[in-house]
Amino acid sequence: MSTIKQNNSATHLPSGVAGKHDFTITVYTENQVGLLNRIAIIFSRRKINIESLNVSPSEAEGIHRFTIVISETEEVVRKLCRQIEKQVEVLKAYYNTDDEIIWQEMALYKVPTDVITEKVKVERLLHQHGARAVVIRKDYTIFETTGHREETEGLIKALEPYGLIEFVRSARVAIIKASHGFHEKLKEFEQTEPGEELIENEFLDKQEEVFTM
Amino acid sequence: METFEITKEKEVAKAIHNISGSQAVLEAFIAEGVHTIFGYPGGAIMPIYDALYDYNDKVKHILVRHEQGAIHAAQGFARSSGKVGAVFATSGPGATNLVTGLADAMIDSTPVVCITGQVFAHLLGTDAFQETDVINITAPVTKWNYQITDATEIPHVLAKAFYIARTGRPGPVLIDITKNAQIQKFDYEGYTKCEHIRSYRPKPIVRKEYVEEAAKLINEAKKPFVIFGQGIILGKAEKEFKAFIEKGGLPAAWTVLGLSALPTDHPQNVGMLGMHGNYGPNVLTNECDVLIAIGMRFDDRVTGRLDKYAKQAKVIHLDIDPSEIDKNVKSTVPVWGDCKETLPMLTKLIEQKQHTDWLKKFNEFTQKEIEIVINDELNPKTEIMTMGEVIKTLNELTNGDAIIVTDVGQHQMVACRYAKFNQSKSNITSGGLGTMGFGLPAAIGAKLGAPERTIIEIVGDGGFQMTIQELGTIMQYKVDVKIIILNNQFLGMVRQWQQLFNDKRYSFVDIQSPDFVQVAKGYGIAGQSIKDRKDLKAALQEMLAHKGSYLLEVMVGKENNVFPMVPQGCSVSEIRLQ
Repeated sequence: MSTIKQNNSATHLPSGVAGKHDFTITVYTENQVGLLNRIAIIFSRRKINIESLNVSPSEAEGIHRFTIVISETEEVVRKLCRQIEKQVEVLKAYYNTDDEIIWQEMALYKVPTDVITEKVKVERLLHQHGARAVVIRKDYTIFETTGHREETEGLIKALEPYGLIEFVRSARVAIIKASHGFHEKLKEFEQTEPGEELIENEFLDKQEEVFTM
Repeated sequence: METFEITKEKEVAKAIHNISGSQAVLEAFIAEGVHTIFGYPGGAIMPIYDALYDYNDKVKHILVRHEQGAIHAAQGFARSSGKVGAVFATSGPGATNLVTGLADAMIDSTPVVCITGQVFAHLLGTDAFQETDVINITAPVTKWNYQITDATEIPHVLAKAFYIARTGRPGPVLIDITKNAQIQKFDYEGYTKCEHIRSYRPKPIVRKEYVEEAAKLINEAKKPFVIFGQGIILGKAEKEFKAFIEKGGLPAAWTVLGLSALPTDHPQNVGMLGMHGNYGPNVLTNECDVLIAIGMRFDDRVTGRLDKYAKQAKVIHLDIDPSEIDKNVKSTVPVWGDCKETLPMLTKLIEQKQHTDWLKKFNEFTQKEIEIVINDELNPKTEIMTMGEVIKTLNELTNGDAIIVTDVGQHQMVACRYAKFNQSKSNITSGGLGTMGFGLPAAIGAKLGAPERTIIEIVGDGGFQMTIQELGTIMQYKVDVKIIILNNQFLGMVRQWQQLFNDKRYSFVDIQSPDFVQVAKGYGIAGQSIKDRKDLKAALQEMLAHKGSYLLEVMVGKENNVFPMVPQGCSVSEIRLQ
């Protein structure tokens, strides 16, 4: 009986939580109906919340790119990527920490036009945040800004006192610093016998750590 | 003469030029060499069944009594034949009845292709009669699934379906075809088998570095231990595996699904792993210095408590599925690839050795297990019959040549522990999912997949009642399946747990059964029920000698337990003998 108790308490230990970080998962896939669900259920089955999700065509024709942000330990993220890659229509899945990527989110803000025109302060504020007007109407103006979470968040706080009507933020889009794009990889995938490059193996790259125990 | 034949060929090509989606489906099955289909008709799949009427000479359709029976039969067929199992079912309830079998085939890596009918494409999403979102329901339990709404897609999508189901780590594939696509006529250009999908890698490339590193570890090992799973059978690598363990003098233990990949009486076969496995293999997992796992996935029923599993050992893991590597147990050397390729590479590099003392250690544990557990199970001193003695007597009569299909529960563990096997693909059971009701339909499929072999289904009184209606299928197609019901008048495995862990609070495990012999008789199946040991051998002989299917009910001890046992949450070395 005591072993069972130990097991239970182990899952509540904060040690697991401490290892959690934001990871950005980049997935190259075929453009197929139903694949979004197949990828989403890999997370929901393990009760992992997706913080942000973006799907769009990639630089390679016919290939779609998923950008998924989750907060988990590296081990969990690695296993998730393996499960994602196992899906028939997935070509490749990568995961990266925030240091390894360049990422941006875009936000739109709707503010009453009269307030802005009256108060010069607001205009200066918007300039400071690198925002630009997308639409200017009599009744409202829509501004747009792009940046990290803190930046888009910062502008909300700044605009709140001036009657911010509506706000929306996009999912994260990210580019992996070390990536050379997908064109070359895709050519390899199209060959019947792919090179070793394709089935990358982190074990070999970390050979010393792996083979000594 | 020559010209005549050419014109004839042209005519055939012309005749087949414009065909319906339904015909294209059947052409695909024939081209893939799948001639046995288990199914059940219904509204949304009627056009395919109408076409089937004309293909009766080329395709054998087995009408089951429930769609769950169809898919389990297809699984049994795939497991006994090594080919792809095939299922037809209608939309809505027909399709949802497949879900249990899909989940079972997914977790046990069984190649099955299911075709489900679907409402007309223009009705999708309208809550039409018998409309269900089958693609989304089955997404987590299929290797791949796809909905066809246009007949022109049928040839290449089915080619993909068969390719995906049987290659790499096999699994179930479901193709949902809307009724309009089944009816639609289109220009058929013939069927081309699929051999490559750019986003799908059935097997990773074998990296020599790993194989070399693995061989080095094996050569340096003092106490190497091989544990193997169904990967050997699925990879058709039984010979390669035997050569490997024989050259290295390596003791080898199996998972439930790996059973029969190596003959049970091979001197290096040290027994079964896991919760109800043998004493030696479990305890010595935590004493070996190199653990070589082949085509197995470290299921929790095999490993017990993970943080106390083989921590002292260097782990070599051979698997075709990269996502299995490091999933549960961290490997020291991962050998990705098809074991049909990697095992001979390894065998070449390892030294010829005999680990006599180490093997002897397994034997010592076996002796202890025989004294404390096995003797009482196989040669009971009381009047009450045990499941073990039934299996033992059966072994004597079949010499280990039969295919044993089991259901799930105590009888399954006893059958796996004691049944003898001489050849591969002979143990068919629901391992990962533990699906009660799997046995009877799977036995039907197993017989059709391997008609030359004797099929014996061993089943409990509980599981038998879950798919008992498939007796109708046996009756209709005269499938020669021998059924042994080991009746302990309880849902035995749950009762055993309630006895051991819930202070004997027997909560809803007391199950009443009909007169099984009378039920069988109703289906025209001969049988008898026995409760005395003196009748056992003769009854089994009669069953085996009987022409056609037969049902034998054996009344066994009500409160017998399966031991040894690794209690849940315990380490494999904490295995209990009583």
